[in-house]
Amino acid sequence: MIDTLIQGILLGGYYAVIACGLSFMFSVMRIINLAHGSLAVAAAYGLWLLASTFGISPFAGLLIVLPVMAVAGWMLQRYLLERSARGGALLPILTTFGLAIVLDNLMFEQFGADTRSLAPFIGSLSYDSWELPGGIYVGKLAVMTMASAIALLGGLQFFLSRFALGRAIRATAEDPDTAGLVGIDARKANALAAAIAMVTVGIAGAFLGMRATFDPYSGGPQLLFAFEAAVIGGAGSLWGTLIGGIVLGLAQSLGAQVHPQGFLIGGHAVFLAMLFARLFLTGVPFLGRTGFSRTGLPKIRAALRSTP
Amino acid sequence: MTILSVQNLNVHHGLLQAVRDVSFDLAKGDVLALVGANGAGKTTLLRSLAGAHLAASGRITLNGDDMTAVPSHQRIARGIALVPEGRRVFSQMTVEENLLLGKSSGRTGEWTVNRVFDAFPNLLPRRHAKTGHLSGGEQQATAIGRALMSNPDILLLDEVSLGLSPLVIDRVYAQLQTLLTSGTTMVLVEQDLGRAMAVASRVICMLEGRVVLDKPAKGVTRDQVTKAYFGLHREGTGRAAS
Repeated sequence: MIDTLIQGILLGGYYAVIACGLSFMFSVMRIINLAHGSLAVAAAYGLWLLASTFGISPFAGLLIVLPVMAVAGWMLQRYLLERSARGGALLPILTTFGLAIVLDNLMFEQFGADTRSLAPFIGSLSYDSWELPGGIYVGKLAVMTMASAIALLGGLQFFLSRFALGRAIRATAEDPDTAGLVGIDARKANALAAAIAMVTVGIAGAFLGMRATFDPYSGGPQLLFAFEAAVIGGAGSLWGTLIGGIVLGLAQSLGAQVHPQGFLIGGHAVFLAMLFARLFLTGVPFLGRTGFSRTGLPKIRAALRSTP
Repeated sequence: MTILSVQNLNVHHGLLQAVRDVSFDLAKGDVLALVGANGAGKTTLLRSLAGAHLAASGRITLNGDDMTAVPSHQRIARGIALVPEGRRVFSQMTVEENLLLGKSSGRTGEWTVNRVFDAFPNLLPRRHAKTGHLSGGEQQATAIGRALMSNPDILLLDEVSLGLSPLVIDRVYAQLQTLLTSGTTMVLVEQDLGRAMAVASRVICMLEGRVVLDKPAKGVTRDQVTKAYFGLHREGTGRAAS
């Protein structure tokens, strides 16, 4: 039982890593990025390509892949999301949905249906473990993933609260119009936020590739896990995302103990339970206080205000 | 010396033309009171001066430089700062963070976080409180302080007394008094005519998007402004009693 709990918590670390970028992008740019999973898989393919053709270890490969992801995030915001946002709040979501389909099929065309993994390129790390007292083994990679999740979320939180750029990103998230009035280039702040989000997606892709296998259509399930973790934790809250990931990991591990088929069902059940609990308890949409009260109401107020 | 010049400015909200053919020059040290009924176009004019709402036609120049197409985040860097209507502080952030955001434009000068706290001592105990939890007067002081942090040449104040109790308005104006006497160029939109005329050196009254009165504050009576405010100054507009 203790073993199940520990493994569940460590699995939650992985979910927190993949949910981090989704949650950050939602909280800052109010965009639910449906291409999130596909972008993580694309980053994993990038690392796999570097490792299999040039023999670059996935960790060194991150030094190349992460800057590429940052540039991709910048361009994604500037050339796709910013433009589609002019067409209303729904259009960016549809755009990312389309992007996910394009990415999945491009990867299928390029890499075929074979499943790949980064595990062969990281030596024994993929199966090494430490023994805890009581005969419990914890995977080194799983512990590393959890440490990365904490470092990533903590680092983002620190950046947002302590740095001028972080403050600019938060101000833009809250009120882009007023952010402009205090001297912040809202377009730049959003593009920077997208670049940061894509860097976290790149890291998520690395862990996806190292801990398991992936194929061109692996993006969907990753998006689903990320979405569930972000919503359970209260979308938009960074530490909440860590909690959400752990809750999801625990639910899946416990579900698997109950029934061999219970792994996914356990996660989905907890996700839905949280969703309905929040709906009934607070009476606000499932995205919590970040949903309507922080975007809908200010928009209505702004509309009223701009009427001369 | 003319610091800000507005020529034949037209601003639209979609199909609605909110500002019609407005022209005026502002000299350094002027305190301009912009009065007019709701919907006269005062807020839209201020927002277009600050770059938050770009003009459809006309020209805005600052120290001779054309600013008409310059977006808001660059306009504040050139020295035009707006305290927006309804305060618009970043409610999820603390007072200090809001003030630090005011430095984003990178203009240097005498205003620092500590100097704002000297000017608005009521903010000091709330330094690390989220502005969403502050009173209206404290939020207004934060919004003014945030604009001052950019060390503006021209400060635009949009309805600083909106939604505040008379007592708090008195306090905000007492705090503004030091600014008013220090020679900062200001444009203020104010519903309270008496208060506006007491602090201003010049009064512009707007009606349906147009300037209908533009006079030094000393040379204008309350009655004249009131007439312009309601559009009663125009010859032959006496609406036939029905």
